[in-house]
Amino acid sequence: MIRGIAPVLIAAALCVALQLGLGPYQFFAYLAALVGVNVILAVSLNIINGMTGQFSIGHAGFMAVGAYLAGIVSIATKQDHLTFLPEAISDQVFLVGSLCAGGTGAALCGLIVGLPSLRLRGDYLAIVTLGFGEIIRVIVQNTQALGGALGLSGVPQRAGFGMVWFWVFVVVLVARRLAASPHGRSLWAIREDEIAAEAMGVDTTSYKVRAFVLSSFFAGVAGGLFAHFVPIVNPGSFTFVKSMEIVVMIVAGGLGSTTGAFTAAVFLTLLPEGMRSLFTTLGGGDPSLAQKVDQIRMPIYGVLLVIIMLTRPKGIFGTHEAWDVITRWRRKAKPA
Amino acid sequence: MYGLLQHLINGLAAGTIYALVALGYTMVYGVLKLINFAHGDVMMVGVYVGYATAFMLGREHFGSFGAVLVIFLVSMLACAAFGLIIERFAYRPLREKPRLTSLITAIGISFALSYGFQMDLAITLGGKSYTILPGAASRAFPEIIVPTQWLELGSDDSSVIIWNWQVISFVIAAVLMVGLQFLVFKTKFGRAMRAVSFDHRVAALLGIPVDRVIAGTFMLGSALAACAGLLYAIKDTSVQPLMGMYIGLKAFVAAVIGGIGNVPGAVVGALALGLCEEFVVGYTSSSWRDAVAFGFLILVLLARPEGLFGRVQAEKV
Repeated sequence: MIRGIAPVLIAAALCVALQLGLGPYQFFAYLAALVGVNVILAVSLNIINGMTGQFSIGHAGFMAVGAYLAGIVSIATKQDHLTFLPEAISDQVFLVGSLCAGGTGAALCGLIVGLPSLRLRGDYLAIVTLGFGEIIRVIVQNTQALGGALGLSGVPQRAGFGMVWFWVFVVVLVARRLAASPHGRSLWAIREDEIAAEAMGVDTTSYKVRAFVLSSFFAGVAGGLFAHFVPIVNPGSFTFVKSMEIVVMIVAGGLGSTTGAFTAAVFLTLLPEGMRSLFTTLGGGDPSLAQKVDQIRMPIYGVLLVIIMLTRPKGIFGTHEAWDVITRWRRKAKPA
Repeated sequence: MYGLLQHLINGLAAGTIYALVALGYTMVYGVLKLINFAHGDVMMVGVYVGYATAFMLGREHFGSFGAVLVIFLVSMLACAAFGLIIERFAYRPLREKPRLTSLITAIGISFALSYGFQMDLAITLGGKSYTILPGAASRAFPEIIVPTQWLELGSDDSSVIIWNWQVISFVIAAVLMVGLQFLVFKTKFGRAMRAVSFDHRVAALLGIPVDRVIAGTFMLGSALAACAGLLYAIKDTSVQPLMGMYIGLKAFVAAVIGGIGNVPGAVVGALALGLCEEFVVGYTSSSWRDAVAFGFLILVLLARPEGLFGRVQAEKV
C-alpha cells in the first residue's frame, strides 16, 4: 500500500516545490507547462497507437472536448471557494475537479467514437477519429456559448507548471503500470496479431475500447490543463495539425515506448520554440523568418513520418523503455 | 417542389465527383488492402497541374473544347505519373511489412503534400519568377468551361436550373465509370487486377506481374482523381491546398458506405453522400456540411460495417 502511494506523494511534493521555486520565471514556466501538456498527449496516445496498435489520428479532438468542458466548469465555479481551505489550495481543488470533468467528457466521446470503429480493422479508426476531430471543430465554431470561432476567454489561469507535471507523472505511471499488467499484455497481444490474440481468448473489441477510452481521458485532461494556462481557448488550437504533431512524436519516439514518447514530446516541443527564437534573433527581430518555421513544420513532419517508416519503422526507442536499463543494471549488480 | 428538384440535381452533380475519387480508394483497397490516405492530396496536385496548364495555354483559349481536353489530359497524365512514383518509392518497399507502417506512410505523404502546398515558394530564373509552391490562399480557378444555363424550368422565382458544367461532369463521370467497369471485368488487365485482389501471392505464382498490376491500379485511380478534382474545381471555381484532404475524406466515407473494395458500391455510396450533404446544406445551414459525412460514416459503421454492398469476409490466417 505504502509502496503504491509513496511515489505519488513524492511527486506531488516535488511539483509543489518546483512550482514555488519557478514562480518568477514566467516564460520558462509557460514553456515547461506546454511541454508537459504535449508529454501527456503523447504518452496517452501511445497507449492506443503504440501498445494496442490501433491508429488514432484525432487526439486533438479529445483534447478540445476536455479543454472546453474543463474551461466551462471552471468559469461556472470561478467565484466558489472551499472556505475551510486557503484560497490557492481551494482553487487547485476546483481545478482538479474540472480537469476530471473534462477528462470524463473526452472519455465518453472516446467511447462513442471507439465502439463502432474499433469493432473493425484498425484503419477505420484512423478515418473516424480524423472525422471526429473535424466534427468537434465544426460544432465548437457554430456554438456561440463556446465563443464560436473567436474562442473561449475568461478561463481562470489556475494551472501552473506544478499541476501540469503532476499529471505528467500520473499518466506516465498509469502507462507504465498498464504495460506490465495482464491487461497490458492483452493489448500487446492485440498489437502483434489480432487474430491470434482473439484465438487465445482476448476479448479484442473490449480491450481496444478500454485502451481508447483511457487514452481519450488523458487527452481530455491535457486539454483541460491547456485551457487553464493559455489566455484564450480557440478552435484553431485543436486542428489536424495538433493531432499530427502528437502522432509524429510517438512514431519518432518508438510506437509502444512510453519513455520514447516522453523524450520525443519534450524534444519536438522545444525544437520549434528554439528555432523560432533563433530565427527571430538571426532576422534581427524581424518575425517573418520565424513565421517560416511554422509554415515549414508540417511538411517536414509529413516527410519525417515517411522517412522513419522507410528506414527505421520502430522509431528511436522501439518498444524499449529507459527504465529497462535500470532494471538490467540492478540485475547485473546483484547476481543471484 | 422545384427546390427539392434543384437540390436533387445539385446533389447528384456533387455525388458523381465524389464517386470518381471514391473509385480510386476502393480499387487500391481492393488490390492492396491499404487505405491510401494520400489519394485526396494526389487529386489536389492534379488540380494545381490543371490550373498551371490553363494559364500556360493562355486566357484566350478558355472555353474552347480543345483547351479543356488538353487541361484534363495533362492533369490526368501528371497525376498518373505521380501516383506511380508514390507507389514505387513509398508503398512498395513496405508491402511485406505490418500494415500499420503503410498506413503511417500514407498519412505522412498526405500531410507533406497538403501542407507543403501551403508554403509560398517561388524562384527567379532569367528575370522571370516561377511559382513552385502556391501558398495557403485559395485561388480562383479559371473558367475553362464558361458556365451557361443548359436547362431552366419554371418561372423566375422558383425554377430549376441545370448548368452546362453539371451536365458535362455527369457525362464525363458516367463515361469513365462505364469504362472502368469494362476495364475491370472485360479486359486482361482487369482480370489480373481481380486476381491480385483475391490473393496476391497465388496470383504471383500463376505468373501475374503483381507489381505492375498494383502500379497500374494506382495510376488509374490517380488519373480518375485528377479528373474529379478538375470537375470539382470548375464547380467550386476555386482551388486550395486543403481541398484534397476534405474531398478525399468524403470520398473515403462514400467508399465505406458502399462497401470498400466494391466498385459499383462506391458509386452508389458517393451519390447517396452527395444527396445527403446537399439536403442538409439546403434545409439547414452550410456550416454543417463537413459534419454530415462523418456522422453518416459513424452511423454506417454502427449499423452495417461492411457497407451496403460489401460481404462479410472471414480473415484468412
